[in-house]
Amino acid sequence: MSIPLPAFIAIPLATAFLLPMFGKRGKDAATVVANIATILLLVFAISCIGESGVYEIGKWPIPLGINLVLDGLSSLLLLAIGVVSAAVMLFSAGYMEQYTAKSKYLSLFLLMVAGMNGVVLSGDIFNLFVFLEIASLASYALVGFGCGHEELEASFKYTVLGTIASIFVLFAIGLVYGNTGTLNMAYISKAIQSSGMNAGLGFALALFIVGFGLKAALVPFHAWLPDAHPSAPAPISAMLSGVLIKSLGVYALARVVFNVFGVSLAVGWLLIVLGILSMVFGAFLAIGQWDIKRLMAYSSISQIGYVVLGIGLGAMLLAKGANPAWASLAILAGLFHLVNHAVYKSLLFLTSGSLEKATGTRQLREMGGLAQRLPFTRTTCTIASASIVGIPPFSGFWSKLILVMAAIQAQYYWIAAIIVFVSLCTLIMYLKVQRYVFFGELPENLRQVKENGGSMLIGMVFLACLCVLMGLLVLVPGLRDSILEPAVRVLMDGLKYSDIVAGM
Amino acid sequence: MLYALCFLLFMIGLYCAVVKKNMVKIVVGILIMEYAVNLFLVMLGYRHGGVAPIIDKSHLESQAALNNFVSSSVDPLPQALVLTAIVISLGSLALMISLCIRTYEKYGTFDITEIRRLRG
Repeated sequence: MSIPLPAFIAIPLATAFLLPMFGKRGKDAATVVANIATILLLVFAISCIGESGVYEIGKWPIPLGINLVLDGLSSLLLLAIGVVSAAVMLFSAGYMEQYTAKSKYLSLFLLMVAGMNGVVLSGDIFNLFVFLEIASLASYALVGFGCGHEELEASFKYTVLGTIASIFVLFAIGLVYGNTGTLNMAYISKAIQSSGMNAGLGFALALFIVGFGLKAALVPFHAWLPDAHPSAPAPISAMLSGVLIKSLGVYALARVVFNVFGVSLAVGWLLIVLGILSMVFGAFLAIGQWDIKRLMAYSSISQIGYVVLGIGLGAMLLAKGANPAWASLAILAGLFHLVNHAVYKSLLFLTSGSLEKATGTRQLREMGGLAQRLPFTRTTCTIASASIVGIPPFSGFWSKLILVMAAIQAQYYWIAAIIVFVSLCTLIMYLKVQRYVFFGELPENLRQVKENGGSMLIGMVFLACLCVLMGLLVLVPGLRDSILEPAVRVLMDGLKYSDIVAGM
Repeated sequence: MLYALCFLLFMIGLYCAVVKKNMVKIVVGILIMEYAVNLFLVMLGYRHGGVAPIIDKSHLESQAALNNFVSSSVDPLPQALVLTAIVISLGSLALMISLCIRTYEKYGTFDITEIRRLRG
């Protein structure tokens, strides 16, 4: 390995504790330092593509000590976190000027990044829990950062549900330790393979699914998300929707289900049902919203449904012993949609922040005719909307196409029909956004609106370029083989994970 | 039996967190859940009549002494886990209580049925 793995956790953690020392007067310096840290993480994540390895903390051999594992899935998630956090940090440099205590914001932001990087790298299940709590606690505080009425209410709701989810996960870890006598994920999986499942482990798996499902905001565990995401400052909404619910929820769920417990038919179908419920309910609830950020938050639930549906379809096909090519296609679609959604949903939340800063409102009915006044916001928002709806050649089209192909190949035509139907609902909601924000008559009080400049634009344009180019990730064989295929292979290998980690 | 009581404590905490209307009582319910899980972790490693898991020279003299020590000492790992979990729950408790205080300053009540600006 060219980069020592602890750097992914140590850099943001150290910077986070350094930043409050800059105080009120040094906040420009603090902004620069925080941006350097996130860009450095992005560079490291890019340089880790295609590599794999195990780092033993303190040189303790694996079953005794804690290890960090880098494999295809981890490096995919690291890349997504790196891209989104670098772009969002650039955006926050301009956007967060309207809040006091900017350096505290920056350090909480970096703590959240450190927690997410830790979750995706950890090979020890208790260590995963600790990093999950670091990321969650930072995000609870960031949701309530504005300290207004709505922020506090949303933050309390999120904190209560998030803490209950964490306690479920801790309880499940206790059950797993009691039944297998180890906390290392590779060794747990070995122990489960040799002794088989029992009632305690089954209960632990159920608790894991509920806990991580709460973190991923799958329907019926979604109650906190539509409050928390709109109330947070726009860059934080982008981080929460873009990467937090994926690394703490979907990644952890996939890792536990595929690599630790092993796939089974029941779990596969459960994931499919949760995915479809999230897709359909999220889309229906989103269409009726008039608050732009609330609409996007519901649409996040719907999009997470696509990801979980893809992964669940793969799990079900693997457990059924169907053609492995179909299963790998479904998982590829799920993971590719995860990365795409990270990029375009964070871009959508950034454009909503740019709109809110320029116009002072989030209500769709109070906006209109802004296409002329805000050209850059308009262009980036349209690109992101086209992506999420799935208009070729933008990124969302390819992942949805692969998902539909996987469902049709496996001969689940009704699943393919639901996917297409939800895409139509998505089209309606983003046409609504375009229609009410950018077309129609310009209200009297918005005539003086000016485009936001500087670093906010750089962050948005960077993500918009990615939206256009992301299709290349599957179309160019070289890129697909180095980024997406290794991640798919990690999930396809399933329980061989333990041997792979032991062999690295 | 002990495990069943521990699970009962967990369910009491969950019930309290889900049903109660007062914000502070919800926080107390979450704390009860956390204590139940911590108790469960400690019980996992507990051994009736066990000795403290501290190894010294007399245990290393022969293989039999070492085996005897391993079979009579309690498992130290869950205790380390509980210490970590307690520190984490301290952090989330401090955050939740400060959120309660700030919310009380804004709304003048702890009743979550009256704190309802967000809906839909």
